[in-house]
Amino acid sequence: MPTVIDAFNLTKIFGKSTAVDHVSFEVQEGEIFGFLGPNGAGKTTTTRMLTGVIPPDAGTATILGHDIRSEPVLAKQGFGVVPETSNAYTDLTAWQNMMLMGELYGVPRTRAEQRSSDLLGMVGLLERKDQKVQAYSKGMKQRLILAMALIHEPTLLFLDEPTSGLDVQSTQMILALLRDLNTQGTTIFLTTHNMEEANRLCHRVGIIRAGKIVAIDAPEKLKTAIDRVHKIEVSFDREVPGNAITGLAGVISANRTGDKWQITADSRDTAIRSLLACSQQNGATIVTLNTLAPSLDDAFLRLTQEEKP
Amino acid sequence: MNPAKFSEQLRRAWAIAKKDIRIYYFKGPVLIFGVFMPVFLFLAFFMGSRQLPLSFLISGLVGMTLFFTATAVSPAIFPWEGSAKTLERLASCPITIEAIVFGDMIASLLFGIGITCVTVIIGLALGLSLLHGIILLAAIFLAACCFSAIGMLLAVPPTNVPSNIMMLSSLIKFPLVFISGIFIPLEQMPPWGLALAVCSPLTYFTDLVRYAFTEAHYFPVLIDIAALAVFTVAFTVVTMFLHKRTMPKRM
Repeated sequence: MPTVIDAFNLTKIFGKSTAVDHVSFEVQEGEIFGFLGPNGAGKTTTTRMLTGVIPPDAGTATILGHDIRSEPVLAKQGFGVVPETSNAYTDLTAWQNMMLMGELYGVPRTRAEQRSSDLLGMVGLLERKDQKVQAYSKGMKQRLILAMALIHEPTLLFLDEPTSGLDVQSTQMILALLRDLNTQGTTIFLTTHNMEEANRLCHRVGIIRAGKIVAIDAPEKLKTAIDRVHKIEVSFDREVPGNAITGLAGVISANRTGDKWQITADSRDTAIRSLLACSQQNGATIVTLNTLAPSLDDAFLRLTQEEKP
Repeated sequence: MNPAKFSEQLRRAWAIAKKDIRIYYFKGPVLIFGVFMPVFLFLAFFMGSRQLPLSFLISGLVGMTLFFTATAVSPAIFPWEGSAKTLERLASCPITIEAIVFGDMIASLLFGIGITCVTVIIGLALGLSLLHGIILLAAIFLAACCFSAIGMLLAVPPTNVPSNIMMLSSLIKFPLVFISGIFIPLEQMPPWGLALAVCSPLTYFTDLVRYAFTEAHYFPVLIDIAALAVFTVAFTVVTMFLHKRTMPKRM
């Protein structure tokens, strides 16, 4: 698949602090790429460099085959941007904002009108299209700027915390829209704090800490990669002695919690096979068996933890 | 469609100009300020120096009107948009910084020309006869371009606090009015005053307006036009160059 975003050694320095430190990654066509990191890690600065809002101090970014510094207009023509803070013109109506975006992206008037109607309808704002944006709620503004970013049918969409601080209805609407767009072929670059959102939406995530990329992988792989030991939760229909479980192959330790056993294992496969054999030997039936994989939250916290001196 | 093409960028600059006019210029207070500010300055001098003929003061009024209106709003647009984050929206759109600046200039020159036409009509209503209409129109257009470039030049410091820029703008604009032969004829100026006057583009515009209404002028008409053209090109080039450098600092 062609590379849509190619960031190489991107660096940004503000005064004495290096906000983004030699960040390199690629995003392939059709991907939803999540860019995660704690506050101040450099997510927004990286996004701003990729979208040509601020120039990098070092490194290059090629977007849709165009260098963002030497061919900014050609690169920007192909993507849409949804920033963290709603930046529609509040003195204009939603319709006027859409028309302005149409003109700035060179969309012919009739096409821009058609797209605006469709997009405002899609985000539930068509009935209030002639109202000034200053009267809109935060969720409505966020939905509007998503519609504005899509006016020119971009093949790549940058979103910076698109659901931050929104109500459940607006959040669900935006996430469903992003899934639909991706299904239709739009590549999505998404920065977010919301691990659940990233876990459900993204094909791959990159984690940035203190300006440096610390991991890039699929969410499931990241989750499993951070822990060498695995947790299994099992319950039986009758009493099974503790020492029978702790001595099993693959099991490191077993703790009783209520009617369940929480088992730490060095090999999930070996431990499960041993548990099956153990239940047969003790004439017990397994009632529940859950493998407790670390969440993306766990992976994120582990990877973004500050190293102790 | 090549979005980087000159004609395409020009179209997008026009979109910026329309947005500016709608948001910043079509506001009651802005329109009132544009008309009343020069009128009150004019009245103050008309009452205070009765020996100056009306035709002389009307030329000054036209000069002040164009100068104040073309530079009234444009210096504050970037700070306003910087603080509202809408500038970031524009920076991520496929439009060059030069086209954004040019769009802002178009809006301010149209506003300046529109309000100045009102002043010219007042002059004609007071009984003055327009002797060189074409020269007046050319002068107004050229000076509007020049003053709107000055307006954008005043917006170069990368602050997002509009009051800072407006203070700087007033500090530069008001002295310029007093050295440009608006209230004191160039013929009556001391040599040091004249030396300052030749550095101000407003001097040449006022001289041209005076010529259009009275046929009297200090510099030859061609010199006035050439000087205005040179100032326009110089200010436009410098303002675009400086904005390109300072724009990322606003984000």
